[in-house]
Amino acid sequence: MTDSIASPPISARNLVKRFGDLVAVDGIDFEVAAGEAFGFLGPNGAGKTSTMRMIACVSPVTSGRLTVFGKDPEVYGAEIRGRLGVVPQADNLDLELTVRENLIMYARYFDLAWSEGRKRADELLEFVQLDERAKDKVDDLSGGMKRRLTIARALINQPDLLLLDEPTTGLDPQARHLVWERLYRLKQRGVTLALTTHYMDEAEQLCDRLVVMDKAKIAAEGTPRELIAKYSTKEVLELRFPADEQPAIDGRLDGLADRVELLPDRVLLYTSDGEEAAAAVHRRGLRPESSLVRRGTLEDVFLRLTGRSLID
Amino acid sequence: MAVRVVEHNVVVFRRLWRGYIMVSFFTPLFFLASMGLGLGSLVNRGSGGVGGVPYIDYLAPGLLAATTMQAAAFECMYPILAKILWDRIYDAMLATRLSVRDVIAGEVAWVALRMLMVATIFWVVMAAFGVAHTFESLLVIPAAALNGLAFATPIMAFTATQRNDNAFSTIFRFVITPLYLLGGAFFPISSLPGALQAVAWATPLAHGVELCRGLVLGDLVPAQAVLHLTVLLAYAIAGVVFVRPLLTKRLLK
Amino acid sequence: MSVRTLRIPTRSVRMIERNAMAFRHNWMVIFSGFVEPVLYLLGIGFGIGSLVRTIPIGDGHTVSYAVFVAPALMASSAMNGAIYESTFNLFYKLRYARTFEAVISTPVGVEDATLGEVMWAIGRGSLYSVGFVIVMLALGLVASPWAILAVPASILVGFAFAALGAALTTFVRQWQDLDIIQLALQPMFLFSATFFPVTVYPPALRLLVEWTPLYRGIDLVRGLTTGGVGPGLLGDVAYLAVMGLIGVTIAALRLRSRLLK
Repeated sequence: MTDSIASPPISARNLVKRFGDLVAVDGIDFEVAAGEAFGFLGPNGAGKTSTMRMIACVSPVTSGRLTVFGKDPEVYGAEIRGRLGVVPQADNLDLELTVRENLIMYARYFDLAWSEGRKRADELLEFVQLDERAKDKVDDLSGGMKRRLTIARALINQPDLLLLDEPTTGLDPQARHLVWERLYRLKQRGVTLALTTHYMDEAEQLCDRLVVMDKAKIAAEGTPRELIAKYSTKEVLELRFPADEQPAIDGRLDGLADRVELLPDRVLLYTSDGEEAAAAVHRRGLRPESSLVRRGTLEDVFLRLTGRSLID
Repeated sequence: MAVRVVEHNVVVFRRLWRGYIMVSFFTPLFFLASMGLGLGSLVNRGSGGVGGVPYIDYLAPGLLAATTMQAAAFECMYPILAKILWDRIYDAMLATRLSVRDVIAGEVAWVALRMLMVATIFWVVMAAFGVAHTFESLLVIPAAALNGLAFATPIMAFTATQRNDNAFSTIFRFVITPLYLLGGAFFPISSLPGALQAVAWATPLAHGVELCRGLVLGDLVPAQAVLHLTVLLAYAIAGVVFVRPLLTKRLLK
Repeated sequence: MSVRTLRIPTRSVRMIERNAMAFRHNWMVIFSGFVEPVLYLLGIGFGIGSLVRTIPIGDGHTVSYAVFVAPALMASSAMNGAIYESTFNLFYKLRYARTFEAVISTPVGVEDATLGEVMWAIGRGSLYSVGFVIVMLALGLVASPWAILAVPASILVGFAFAALGAALTTFVRQWQDLDIIQLALQPMFLFSATFFPVTVYPPALRLLVEWTPLYRGIDLVRGLTTGGVGPGLLGDVAYLAVMGLIGVTIAALRLRSRLLK
């Protein structure tokens, strides 16, 4: 624990990952402090998973400098991995073992004694609310349960840093909220979290600080609030017009907001006062099918930075 | 309507046929070369063959029967369970105008076809080794296929009751492989201990082997042929009788 | 690939523990693998053996056919047990269940996992060999005190084939490719002087057979159980050891570049 105070859990300088001609990560810089929840937000293919795999010491760095707990993954891979918990994008639970055995065996991979492994397995099964499924085969679990078991597995070594790659992708809303709630508790206990996501609500819920990634680079960095303040507005007015009228809108909303985005299915007006903007639209004689005033989100930040939506 | 079930199998088979043909061709080739010629040379030197014929002539028809047994057992385990359980093909079929009866008739017809293929390829290999040289020896092809069916339908009935594939490897290890090695293909059943002889004769394989051997060597006694055919048919029909209620229960619940 | 610090893969033991834990759910499958070589021994060794009578083994004296065939089946069962683990089961863990992926994100490294898998495969092969030698003893098929070394010899055979299987598996892309490995094993089993001596072959073919790995394993084990011990056996040992070491090195290197990309 001592060096995690001295040096940050993760530090990357000009970090590059190439697969042949493909540049997956193109010279990124970031630092994750102890105890914080740090997010990588971006669409599929932005380089988030490649970054995570380098941090997890299962993917050699092409160039640049990466340290985890102040150490070089190239040299101290096994030692670093011993202090990490990893939740990969796709569950890779051991299908030949039961739910509880998955945890006990994982404890062994971290050189924990069998008795200690059994003790922690039982505690963690309770923590992720799977104690009643302890003896079941993994294949019989639902998607949300498998995810929770994967998270429990990542905690078996009481990691100083938990890496989560798309922790809730593919889960139904109820299962997602349960996962978020458990992760939030871990955060409260002081576990450092690094997670990737392409869900802006997930990033807002969980992350103290995040980087927006696009095309292998970092487009922006800050707290969710800072990013929204900087790249979006307090409120956003969303208008939907009948499909045939939408092309004719271009130009007729000028001056009503700080910025206007025309999307294929709707129009976004960035403004500090959504209600006022809606009234102004009305005064110009425009009749949208629906109008909605909402808070600015990270989705808007991403749209502003890249000109694209997070989920296409 | 059962034709549709066969058609489905044909479509699947078209993607995998190269592998099947390779196995159906090389396995008899290797076994006849190794056991028939190599080991056979020792047998011929030691005891002048078996019952007056060179060992390879004795072995080949027996091995043919053992091979259709093995192939039929495999066909009625994993692929059938996959259609019941993993891919749920039967559920999809029964949602159309097909009935359980059509499904069974189609599968049995398909296994019969497959066994005819296996036996035909085997016959060609046998002929290449100079074992099958008479026109009548072609009759061994339907005989071996019937031997396969005598295993196919009872195993199909068993598969209809299974929830996973765990039991299959056990059946192979404790039923099919012992029969393959000890059931009369490689050496006369009369050299087994007395109790095992009785067990061997109670299985379809002993009859399938004798029938095939008689047809290839041309020394089949008609009365015995009738007995062998009766036993094989009895097993095949009994299997069908059992598979119907079991598969119906499994699929229409 | 960059230079990495060399480390003795001590955590390979974890992989063995993992397989043992999985094996408890599936012990019947592994255990029953022991039955097949015994059936061959009964069927071929005794059944056909009664037709063959005796076999000359090199130095003038003859042995019964069962004595001749038993060591070959012992070596083959070590091969089969080991290679089944290191092909089908390894491929399943690598490609389908991605067990390896999960394992290497812990302190257990790729080298640990590879060596652990190979050791487990050797263990399975050895289990069959030990069981088989007990059956041989019970049936009076052991003709020499040298037979005590037949068990370590079978372990060496298991090592050579486990390593070969693991190396080959790293090249496998789909299940069907594994059938090709199986298809290659069958002729090896049938033609490696398993059921008849190499003297049956024409000289050119004989030379070819003598260079195949299973022949080497059979020659070694047969020499020990029948008492035909000579310096040639050391050649067999060297052949199998080198094959195993090459195999395990290729497997570890290929797995590393595949998993750590």
